[in-house]
Amino acid sequence: MGGTKRSNSSESDRDRMRVTREEALALFRKMSQIRRFEERAEEAYGRGMIGGFLHLYIGEEAIAVGALAGLEPEDDVITHYRDHGYVLARGVDPKRVMAELYGKSTGLGKGKGGSMHLADVSRHLWGGYAVVGGHVPLAAGLALANQYRNLPRVVSCFLGDGATNIGTFFSSLNMAALWKLPLVVIVENNRYGMGTAVKRASAVEDIYRKASAFNIPAVRIDGNDVLAVRDAVRDMARTARAGGGPQMIEAMTYRFRGHSMGDPQRYRSREEVEAAKAADPIDRWRRYILERNLAEEEELERVIGEIETELEEAVRFAEESPAPEPAELCFDVVVEE
Amino acid sequence: MALKTYREALREALREEMIRDERVLIMGQEVGVWGGTYAVTRGLLDEFGEKRVIDTPIAEEAIVGAAIGAAMGGLRPVAELMTINFSLVAMDQIVNNMAKIRFMFGGQMTIPLVVRTPAGWGQLAATHSQTFESWFAHIPGLTVVMPSTPADAKGLLKTAIRSENPVMFIEHARLYGTKGEVPEVEYTLPMGVPDVKRAGRDVTIVTYSRMVNVALEAAETLARDGIECEVVDLRTLRPLNLAAVYGSVEKTHRAIILEEDWTTCGMGAEIAARIGRDRFDSLDAPVERLGQVEAPIPYAKNLEALMFPDEALLIGKVRGMLA
Ligand SMILES: Cc1ncc(C[n+]2csc(CCOP(=O)(O)OP(=O)(O)O)c2C)c(N)n1
Ligand SMILES: [Mg+2]
Repeated sequence: MGGTKRSNSSESDRDRMRVTREEALALFRKMSQIRRFEERAEEAYGRGMIGGFLHLYIGEEAIAVGALAGLEPEDDVITHYRDHGYVLARGVDPKRVMAELYGKSTGLGKGKGGSMHLADVSRHLWGGYAVVGGHVPLAAGLALANQYRNLPRVVSCFLGDGATNIGTFFSSLNMAALWKLPLVVIVENNRYGMGTAVKRASAVEDIYRKASAFNIPAVRIDGNDVLAVRDAVRDMARTARAGGGPQMIEAMTYRFRGHSMGDPQRYRSREEVEAAKAADPIDRWRRYILERNLAEEEELERVIGEIETELEEAVRFAEESPAPEPAELCFDVVVEE
Repeated sequence: MALKTYREALREALREEMIRDERVLIMGQEVGVWGGTYAVTRGLLDEFGEKRVIDTPIAEEAIVGAAIGAAMGGLRPVAELMTINFSLVAMDQIVNNMAKIRFMFGGQMTIPLVVRTPAGWGQLAATHSQTFESWFAHIPGLTVVMPSTPADAKGLLKTAIRSENPVMFIEHARLYGTKGEVPEVEYTLPMGVPDVKRAGRDVTIVTYSRMVNVALEAAETLARDGIECEVVDLRTLRPLNLAAVYGSVEKTHRAIILEEDWTTCGMGAEIAARIGRDRFDSLDAPVERLGQVEAPIPYAKNLEALMFPDEALLIGKVRGMLA
C-alpha cells in the first residue's frame, strides 16, 4: 500500500506526548469552551433564536482543538459546515461566533453566512462550506497559492467521512499529490454521514486507505485523544511544509448529537450512543490532567466558571446586537469597480 | 491598428497581463505543452514556464475550485475550461463558491479569478455544441463577458484579469480565426458597456458573441432594400446594461434579440422583459426573439445547419416586424 501506514506510537512518540501544565489547561479550556458554546447554541435554537441548520460538534472537540494546536497560527484552515469548533479553537471571540449564529450584523460574516459558514480571514480561517466536498478543491488552491508565493504555510482541510465518497475529494487529492501541495487533509470519521453508516456508504471502511491511490501518506488515529491529534497534525504539517506533498489523517470519533437539530436518529441505538460517550474526549482529557497532576480539580472548575461567564456574555452580545441593515443585502455581492 | 485574429488578441491580453502582474497564472487542460485546445495559450509555457502555465488533470471541478482557492490565497488565476459544455462538471464550484464566497462571508474575501471557456459547435453533437451563458448570467456575484471582435476580446480580457470580481469569460470556437482591427497601444475596455456595432433607424438588433456577425451581415443585406438595422453588441451579459438598447429602441421603436442559445429562459427573455417594462411607450411592435431550435443539437450536417439562427432567418424576422 504505497505510502500509507497506520500510526503506531513508538517510545519517542510517547515522549513527545508530554504536555506542559499550561498547554494542558489551554486544551481543556478550548474543548470545554466549544462544548459549552454548543450547548448554549442548542438551547438558543430551541428558543427559536437560531434558524436553519445547526450541526453540533459535541463529542468531536478533540479534533479541532488538537489539530489547531499542532498547526502554526498562520497555517490556513478550511472546513466543512460542522465548523463552530475550528473557529473557537483558533481563538475567535465567541461573541462574534454566537452573533453569526443569531444572524446579527456583529457576526463574523455580518449575519450573512450563519452557523455553516464561519470565516475569519484575519486568522487564516477560510470558511465553512456546506456543499459536501465543495471546499476540498479550494484547499488545494489555497495550498497552490502558498507554494507559488513561497510562503511557509500549510493548508489544513477538514471534512467528514461521508465527504470522502464524492468526486471533489478524489480529484483534489490527485491534484494536490501531483503538484506536491502543502496540504494536510483531516477526515473526521464520526461513523455516519447524516444517517448513513460508513460501511453503508463507502466501499472501503478504512478511509485512510483511500489516500494510497495517490501515494499520499495517511494515518488513522484516535480522534478523541487530543494529544494524538495534535502530534499527528504537527508531524504531517512538518512534512507538508518541508515539500513532502499532501498528507492525510483519519481521526476516529463519534458525534453525540444528531446530524443537525431535529434528527430523530433512527439509524442508531441509544445504547450505541451511550457507549460512545464513555470515550468523551473532554472527560478523557480531564482524567489525564488529574492523573498526572497537571492541575487540580479546583483549577478545572475555575476554568469552567470563566467559560460560563464568557459565554453568558456571548449570548447577551448576540441577543442585543442589531440585525443587519436591509441595505446589507446589496453589499459584497461584487466589488464595486 | 493592426489586423489580428480573435485568438491572437486573446493571447496578447494574457501575455501582457502576465508580464504586468506576477500573480497572474494560467491553469487548465492542455494549456501548456499542447498550447491550448484552441491554441490561445500557444507559446506562453515557453515564455513563462511551468510555474505560471499549469497543465491540469481532467477534473473541471478541481480546476475551477483550485483556481478559486488560489484567488483567495492572493493569486490572480486565469482558468481555462476546454469548452463551456464541461463547465457543467464545475457548476457547483462556479455557482456556490466562485459567485458566493464574497457575500456569504461578509465581504472578507475577494475572488479575482477569470474562467475562460469557448462556446461553439461544428458537428460535435448534443453534448459538445452548447452555449450556457444565460445560466451564468443568472447568478449574482458573477461577471459574464461574451465578446464578438478581436479588439473587444482583448480589451475585456485585460479588464477581467484586473478585476477583483470573478468573471466567466465566454469565447466562441468559431470566432477564434476571425480577424479585426486591434489597437497597438495598451488599452482596456470597461465591463457593462455595450457597443453599437452598426447604426440604423428601423429595427434594433440586440445580440452578442458570434451572432453579432450574423446580425451585421443581415443588416447589410437589408440595407440594400432601404431597411436600416441598428446592431447593439452587449459584450457583457452581467452586469447587463441596456442603456444603449433603450436609446436605440426610442429611435427604432422595434427590437429583436438574437442569441445562439435556446430562447426559453435565455438572455432574450430577460432583455425583452426589461425593454417591455422600461420602454413600453416606445414600442410599435412586440419585442421579438430569435435563437436555436428547441432540440438537442444534432450531429448530421444538414440537421445541424437548421439549428442555429442565420442571416436568412433574421432577415425574415425583421421584415415581418416591419410588415
Ligand atoms: C453535495 C451534497 N449532498 C448532500 C448534502 C446533504 N448533507 C449535508 S451533511 C451530509 C452528511 C455528510 O457527512 P460527513 O461528510 O460524514 O460529515 P458529518 O456531517 O458527519 O460531519 C449530507 C448528506 C450536501 N450538503 N451536499
Ligand atoms: Mg460523518
